[in-house]
Amino acid sequence: MSAMIEVRDLSKTYASGTSALSGVSLDIREGEILALLGPNGAGKTTFISILCGLVTPSGGKVTVGGHDILRDYRAARALIGLVPQEIALEYFETVINTVRFSRGLYGKPADDAYLERILRALALWDKRDAKLKELSGGMKRRVLIAKALSHGPRILFLDEPTAGVDVNLRREMWEVVRGLKSEGVTIILTTHYLEEAEEMADRVGIIDKGRLLLVRDKSDLMHEFGRKVLTVELTEPITALPPALSSLELSSDGLRASYRYDAHADRTGIARLLASFAAEGISVRDVATEQSSLEDVFLRLVRDLA
Amino acid sequence: MNWRSILTIFNFEMARFWRTPWESLAAPVVSTVLYFVVFGAAIGTRIQSVDDISYGAFIVPGLIILTVLQQSLANASNAIFMRKFVGTIHEILAAPISFIEVVAGFVGAAALKSVIIAIVIYLTALLFVDLPLVHPVLALALLILTSFGFALWGFLMGIWAKDWQQLQFIPMMVITPLVFLGGAFYSASMLPPFWEGVAKLNPVLYLVSGFRWTFFGMADVPILSSIIALAIFLGLGFVAVWAIFRTGWRLRP
Repeated sequence: MSAMIEVRDLSKTYASGTSALSGVSLDIREGEILALLGPNGAGKTTFISILCGLVTPSGGKVTVGGHDILRDYRAARALIGLVPQEIALEYFETVINTVRFSRGLYGKPADDAYLERILRALALWDKRDAKLKELSGGMKRRVLIAKALSHGPRILFLDEPTAGVDVNLRREMWEVVRGLKSEGVTIILTTHYLEEAEEMADRVGIIDKGRLLLVRDKSDLMHEFGRKVLTVELTEPITALPPALSSLELSSDGLRASYRYDAHADRTGIARLLASFAAEGISVRDVATEQSSLEDVFLRLVRDLA
Repeated sequence: MNWRSILTIFNFEMARFWRTPWESLAAPVVSTVLYFVVFGAAIGTRIQSVDDISYGAFIVPGLIILTVLQQSLANASNAIFMRKFVGTIHEILAAPISFIEVVAGFVGAAALKSVIIAIVIYLTALLFVDLPLVHPVLALALLILTSFGFALWGFLMGIWAKDWQQLQFIPMMVITPLVFLGGAFYSASMLPPFWEGVAKLNPVLYLVSGFRWTFFGMADVPILSSIIALAIFLGLGFVAVWAIFRTGWRLRP
């Protein structure tokens, strides 16, 4: 897959002196979903805002579809749709009119059939003549997505798309994003819900304090950094673990012993461990392993790399 | 030039105007009628005429300029300030359009609203006084350019203002005094020589005077100096807007 967006050594220092981004380089591939993860104030929104033309970069170079975002901004921006983090709408406008406005703003000829398809996909068609102020928070957010899609962008930026959105709606939103991906739209989303990145992304980038700490395929990341936990369930409760099994942790009811290990290590120590149970005469009822979540990975990375 | 984008912004702004016709049109007309009652009927009866023009007719061009200035500033500054305030400015900034297109859309709509209001006021004035219009084409041209110029400065004000107080500051503290001291209700020649000199430093005097010339064929200052003043005013506004979009001042941090 070719790079849809090329970011080289991008930096941003605001007039107040705050350094929001420093030396970020990244290629975003056509058709992928890239999740940018990071705590509040990490620089995620600044990154997206520069790519979309809302913030002027202090240094570095960005091309979108081969077009420089500053010199050739018309061609670059025409490819992009942005769903901002804050819900900002003309509250007295109707749904259909605000979406028509967005399309017109991008210089595209009116195409109500296309807009109908978008509004139907976002379950907004029945509300097309409603005023925006009458809509629920979740609907307003979907209107923002409809506006961003109104000109048929090849790239969609979603800045915290599901912040403050209930679980059902979040699932619906994910479905919409998957649908767009299947149509070949490149999607960049920022989130601090790790669940979201884990669920949606092909690749995950981690930003902290204005630096891009890493970008990896999600599965590689999980594999590389994922720790596993082996839980051994015992037939009879025990009060303490014998010295040979001291690396394990015993649950308070004495029925489970858990062992943490690196899944990608050459020697995981599992065979030796299970042999020790047999040698100590402790009978094992069941064995389960659990992969650590992206959240664990994330917290570890931010701690280790920061 | 991306005409479709310009028209989109332009139509959106004009739709706001037609959505509330009462506020948009009736309010300026009512306030103009009030000026007629107070200055024309009450005070004007005691002033015979200015330069052989009845006082009621004399003040009409000034009244139109007064309203055009206020409306152009208010319309253009509100349009852009509201977008900053609500946050919908992001949509404009992220769109693949140049600053000329943004300005053409917003300022064009604000200027057209002023021109429509000015024409309505002119028609209203015809009900009250005999009003010649010696140079109608030039009158319309000056009206359009003045509306556009002040809408341009209103647009700048909307970008500059950080809050509602700042948004009100320039119209209240700068424009209103300049208009009242700009000969809207009197001829500069009625002032003592020293104050006449001071009045001629006021750029609004040139606008009022030039516009009055198109009605009556006579004015405080030569028509050419009015046109030059207007051109400078427009040019400065355009350069300032261009500089703002180039540097991103108060728009793109």
